[in-house]
Amino acid sequence: MLEIESLNKTFAAPSGPVVALRDIRLTVGRGEFVTFIGPSGCGKSTLLKIVAGLDTVYEGSVKLNGERIGGPGIDKGVIFQEPRLFPWLTVEKNVAANLSLRNPEVRKRVGELLELVRLQGFEKAYPRELSGGMAQRVAIARALLRNPDILLLDEPFGALDAFTRSHMQEVLLDIWQRSKTTMLFVTHDLDEAVFLGQRVVVMNPRPGHIRSVLDIDLPYPRSRTGASFQELRALVLGEFEKVEKGPAVDVGAGI
Amino acid sequence: MSDYSAASRSAGPGAGAAEEASATGGVRLPSAAAAVQAAPVPVEGAGVRERRKALPGWAHGWIVPLLVLAAWELGSALGLVSESALPAPSRIAQAFWSLVASGELARHIGASFVRAGGGFLLGGATGLLLGLFTGLGKWVERTLDPTVQMLRTVPLLAVIPLFILWFGVGEFSKILLISLGAFFPVYFHTFLGVRSADRKLHEVTKALEFSALQQATKLILPSALPNVLLGIRLSVGVSWLLLAVAEMMGASSGIGYLIQDARVYSQTDIVFVGIGLFALVGKLSDSGVRLLEKRWLGWRSSYKG
Ligand SMILES: Nc1ncnc2c1ncn2[C@@H]1O[C@H](COP(=O)(O)OP(=O)(O)OP(=O)(O)O)[C@@H](O)[C@H]1O
Ligand SMILES: [Mg+2]
Repeated sequence: MLEIESLNKTFAAPSGPVVALRDIRLTVGRGEFVTFIGPSGCGKSTLLKIVAGLDTVYEGSVKLNGERIGGPGIDKGVIFQEPRLFPWLTVEKNVAANLSLRNPEVRKRVGELLELVRLQGFEKAYPRELSGGMAQRVAIARALLRNPDILLLDEPFGALDAFTRSHMQEVLLDIWQRSKTTMLFVTHDLDEAVFLGQRVVVMNPRPGHIRSVLDIDLPYPRSRTGASFQELRALVLGEFEKVEKGPAVDVGAGI
Repeated sequence: MSDYSAASRSAGPGAGAAEEASATGGVRLPSAAAAVQAAPVPVEGAGVRERRKALPGWAHGWIVPLLVLAAWELGSALGLVSESALPAPSRIAQAFWSLVASGELARHIGASFVRAGGGFLLGGATGLLLGLFTGLGKWVERTLDPTVQMLRTVPLLAVIPLFILWFGVGEFSKILLISLGAFFPVYFHTFLGVRSADRKLHEVTKALEFSALQQATKLILPSALPNVLLGIRLSVGVSWLLLAVAEMMGASSGIGYLIQDARVYSQTDIVFVGIGLFALVGKLSDSGVRLLEKRWLGWRSSYKG
């Protein structure tokens, strides 16, 4: 369980302090899938970095399973916008990273995970031989190998084309339903937020804060064209239009 | 060379990847993804590759030297070039064989090898270590780097008299001179290499809980390796150069001595044997480093060597 209470984050910029996050309160239950959406600069990445432990300078309290997050660690899997693979390692070695494939336990798990992200047959391929979507799936497998309590994904499919992206969304839901890992998923894409999340957190900038949290009460697998999906999508969109009309949020029809 | 890399670049990363993958023999690209990756190979790119295959890569570089040798031999046979200035290749070969037969050559090569190898190892290892240290720590960089940079600007040949005054003309001053020259390229490029490690990958290693040692061996070293190898290659070149200088300033063995000694007796053919040996050994050691590059840097998408 993730508990965020009165979280404030201020950056000291040359032009003066920038309040990136103000009074964030949020509780995410174990195994929950929560998506975050908001215009550029509303602090989504900042929030994720704090939960990941990659940024430890903040006010307030951020606890994972009752313990304050003191630094990065394998209990918090991070997927960045870019796959960030080691270019000199093959796919299987990238997944293993600092764990040894000579350990039969590790080798077996790596094989299983590559199957889970549908990359079997590519164990010996190098990152340069992979498409963006495949590389991102390697990064997901790498995080899952450590059995994280929570998976933090910062616009992981932002650089992918619409077709690959929708495929990856289904792969991710599949992984989530099988691994039951808590998911925090940041996106610019309204459809993606509604398609994936059990809850959608809508954020606003200057200073970054949570505008509203909407329940998406639709069973999986969801249909993007169904009437109830469109209804909820319109609801989330409405949350934006009350305050923000920035072009940063992609409200296009998607696919 | 350049038209080849340009062509393979235009063929798209997929084509290059498939080609290198089949070269390393390890990677299968199954299913639809393989078809998609293999698809955009233009006919032009394939043509260039086929033309290259007509002649094995290693033979390509020998075309020009062989042509020059043939013309030279012919010129000598026709009496177009002076025998004392430019002895025929066949006469140089004869001189070479007699040196081999007498065991002289092995002795000279052995002596040179110990000097160049010793100097290179000493200087290269020091450069590697110091480069790693200055690369890893800002504080060490601020302390050491300015001094090293200042020393680097001193022409090496200018310190030879000092070395002779201090250590005489013995083996020690020779090896020290070579190691000093070999130090700088490795130091400089190791430093650059360490600093080229990706900050974003560093974040990944923190998130994955790499130990400090794992960070050094699994992130910093692989990131630095391309630069380190480049430094080593330059350093090997400098080592041979300084070896020649050191052996000509006073020695009783070595390829440089062989050349110097033959000059005194106007044995032009032996001078040529010495020069040829330098060319050969230099080329061989360079190829050795290239081989390492091929083996260790095959993962680089830009690597086309
Ligand atoms: N290292 C930093 N130093 C100073 N200010 C920063 C830093 N990182 C982020 N900020 C500021 O904090 C705010 C939030 O940034 P953040 O990257 O979290 O936004 P975001 O919601 O992820 O945006 P995007 O959707 O474009 O990725 C921005 O105003 C940004 O300028
Ligand atoms: Mg961001």
